[in-house]
Amino acid sequence: MASAPSKLYADDVSLLMVLLDTNPLFWSTSSLPFSNFLSHVLSFLNSILLLNQLNQVAVIATGYNSCDYIFDSSVSTSRGLENGRMPALCSNLLQKLEEFVVRDEQLCKEGSENGLASSLLSGSLSMALCYIQKIFRSGPLHPQPRILCLQGSSDGPEQYVAIMNAIFSAQRSMVPIDSCYLGSNNSAFLQQASYITGGVYLKPQQPDGLFQYLSTVFATDLHSRTFLQLPKSVGVDFRASCFCHKKTIDMGYICSVCLSIFCKHHKKCSTCGN
Amino acid sequence: MNNNGEERRLNGAAEDDDDDEDDDGNGRGLEAWERTYADERSWESLQEDESGLLRPIDNKTFYHAQYRRRLRSASAVRIQKGLIRYLFLVIDLSKAAAEMDFRPSRMAVVAKHVEAFIREFFDQNPLSQVGLVTIKDGVAHCLTDLGGSPESHVKSLMGKLECSGESSIQNALDLVHDYLNQIPSYGHREVLIFYSALSTCDPGDIMETIQKCKKSKIRCSVIGLSAEIFICKHLCQETGGSYSVALDESHFKELILEHAPPPPAIAEYAIANLIKMGFPQRAAESSIAICSCHKEAKAGGGYTCPRCKARVCELPTECQTCGLTLISSPHLARSYHHLFPIVPFDEMSTSLLSDPHRKLSKACFGCQQSLLGFGNKPGPRVSCPKCKHQFCLDCDIYIHESLHNCPGCESARHSKPVAMSEE
Repeated sequence: MASAPSKLYADDVSLLMVLLDTNPLFWSTSSLPFSNFLSHVLSFLNSILLLNQLNQVAVIATGYNSCDYIFDSSVSTSRGLENGRMPALCSNLLQKLEEFVVRDEQLCKEGSENGLASSLLSGSLSMALCYIQKIFRSGPLHPQPRILCLQGSSDGPEQYVAIMNAIFSAQRSMVPIDSCYLGSNNSAFLQQASYITGGVYLKPQQPDGLFQYLSTVFATDLHSRTFLQLPKSVGVDFRASCFCHKKTIDMGYICSVCLSIFCKHHKKCSTCGN
Repeated sequence: MNNNGEERRLNGAAEDDDDDEDDDGNGRGLEAWERTYADERSWESLQEDESGLLRPIDNKTFYHAQYRRRLRSASAVRIQKGLIRYLFLVIDLSKAAAEMDFRPSRMAVVAKHVEAFIREFFDQNPLSQVGLVTIKDGVAHCLTDLGGSPESHVKSLMGKLECSGESSIQNALDLVHDYLNQIPSYGHREVLIFYSALSTCDPGDIMETIQKCKKSKIRCSVIGLSAEIFICKHLCQETGGSYSVALDESHFKELILEHAPPPPAIAEYAIANLIKMGFPQRAAESSIAICSCHKEAKAGGGYTCPRCKARVCELPTECQTCGLTLISSPHLARSYHHLFPIVPFDEMSTSLLSDPHRKLSKACFGCQQSLLGFGNKPGPRVSCPKCKHQFCLDCDIYIHESLHNCPGCESARHSKPVAMSEE
C-alpha cells in the first residue's frame, strides 16, 4: 500500500506530542537507565521549545496499567523548584511523572504480569489524537501537530486493532507518527504507524547518544523536513499472520464475513461459523 | 410603515409566492425577502455578556444533538455487515441534470460529491470495488468497469460531463444486472442511482426488471435531486435499499456519505466463503522488473505476487497474470472497526451534573479541555459506560466517527485478553 503523501506545510510552528514509555518491566532490564533517558528527553523538550517561540509540547506517559498527561506547555505552569538549578519545566514534569509512576504501580493486579511486557500504547495514542483534534478546532492559525513515540516495550498483540484504528485516524487527519524505538527487536506496530502516516521510524544504534538522535532526526518541524534526508523506512512487513498458528503467511484464506485469516482452506470459518 | 408590515406578516402565510411583484399593494402577502425571516430570526439568538460585548454563537450543542440523533438511528448492536461490496454508481446525465437549482448545475454537484464519495468509500471498504454507469439519451453506458483504484474512476468521470436526452432506469438496471451477475457469490451487490429527472423512458416493463434485480439479490438505492418519484420508491422498497431526496447541496453530501459505511447485510444475499488472497512483500529498492499494470520496466518499490511472482505497483489489486486478490494487513484492519464497534457514550443529564455526590472531572479525559461552563458550573459532557471516564462533546463526535477507540478503555489494562489477536 502507498505511503502517506506529504502535505505541504507553510509554517514551522509545531505541536509535538511525546508519548513516553514508563513501563517498569522494560526499564529494569534496559541497558540505558531511565534517569539518563529522562535527561536526554528533557534536554530535547527544552530544545523544541527554543526552536520557535510558538512551539508547543505535550507529554503523555504510557504506563503498564494506565496512561496520563504529565506535561502541557500551553498551560501556564505553577512555579516549581525555581532554585536556579532546575527550570520550572523540568521540575513540573518530573513531579507529575513521579506521581504517575506511583499511581501506575498501585494499579497492578495480582497475576497480571504474564507474557511479554507491553505498555498501553493504544491508550496514549488515542489521547494524543484527541488533544490534536482540540488544537485543530482552535482556529485557522494553529501549530502543525505531530506525534513522537519513545517506546521500549514490545508490541502487545491484544492492542493491534486499537493501534490500527489510531493509525488510520492519524492518517486521515494528516498527523505523522514518528517513533524512536529503544527495545531489542524492531516494533512492527510502530514501523507500520510511521510508514502509513508518513513519519520517521528509528532504532538508535547507540542509545547512550540518544539526545543526538532526537535532535537531528525528530526535532525538525514538518515544513523543514522536505529539505532533509531523514532515515527511510526499509523492510516494513505488511504480511498478516494466520489465526490458527500465528505464523506469517503470504497467501491465505479470508472469511468474507468476519475477515479472519486462515492458512488452509476450511469448510466453515471457526470465528463466525459461516 | 411598521404597522403596514405587521399587517402583511399576519395574513401573509396563506398567500402564493409571487416573485415578480416587488412593490405590491396591501394584503398581497410577504415579499420574498420577508419570507426568509418569517420563521427564523437569527438576530434573536445573540446574547451579550456582562460587559456588553457579544458572545460568540455556540453551535456545539446543536451539532452534538445532530450527531446523537444520527447515532441513535444507526444502532450499536452488532449487526452483520456486508464488508466485500461491489457497488455500481449510476449517474443520470439526461437533460434534467442541466437544471441549475443546484449551483452550477445538478450534474456538476453530483460529479463533485461522487468524487469525494469514491475516495471515502475506498477508505472505509478497501476490499470492495466500484463501477460507474451513466444514462444519456435514454441509453446506459458503462463508464468504468468494476475496479479497486479510485483514481481511474475519478478521472473518467470528470472527463465526460455532458447531458442530453431522456433518462431510463430500466436500461441502467439491465446493464448493471448483467455486470453484477459475473461477480463472485461472496460479494454484496449494490447499486446507487443519482436521479435528476422526474420521469423514466423505458423500452419494456420496468416492474419485470425490478423483479429480476430482486431475484439476483441486488440492493438498489436512489438519491433523488428533484422530487420523490413512485418508481424509485418502489424499486428501493422491493430490493431493500434506501430512497432519499436531497434538499440542497449540503444535504446531498450528507445523504451520499451515508452510503459509505457498509450497510447491514441480509444473510441470504451473499454466501459466506473463504476467499484466497495474497499478501505480497515489498520488493527491494534496487530491483528492476516489468510491472504488469503499466507494461513497462520500473525500478524498485513494487510488490511481488506470491503465486506467480509478477510485479504490481499498488495495493489492493488483482494480479493480472494469475487473478489472485492482493492486499496488505492494514487493508483488512481498516474494516475491523465495523466488526468491533465501540459503545455510544452516555449523555450526563443536568440532574446528574447538579448531584453533589457525583464525582465530576474538571477536564475531558481525552483532550484535557476544561469541562466547566459559564461561572465555573459543570458543563455538558458524556461518559463511557465501560470505563466511566468523562469526555467533552467534541471528543465524543471524534471518537465515534473517526477514531473508533475509547481512550479511557484503552488506557486501562484488561484482566482478560481480548479475543482479537494478530501479529
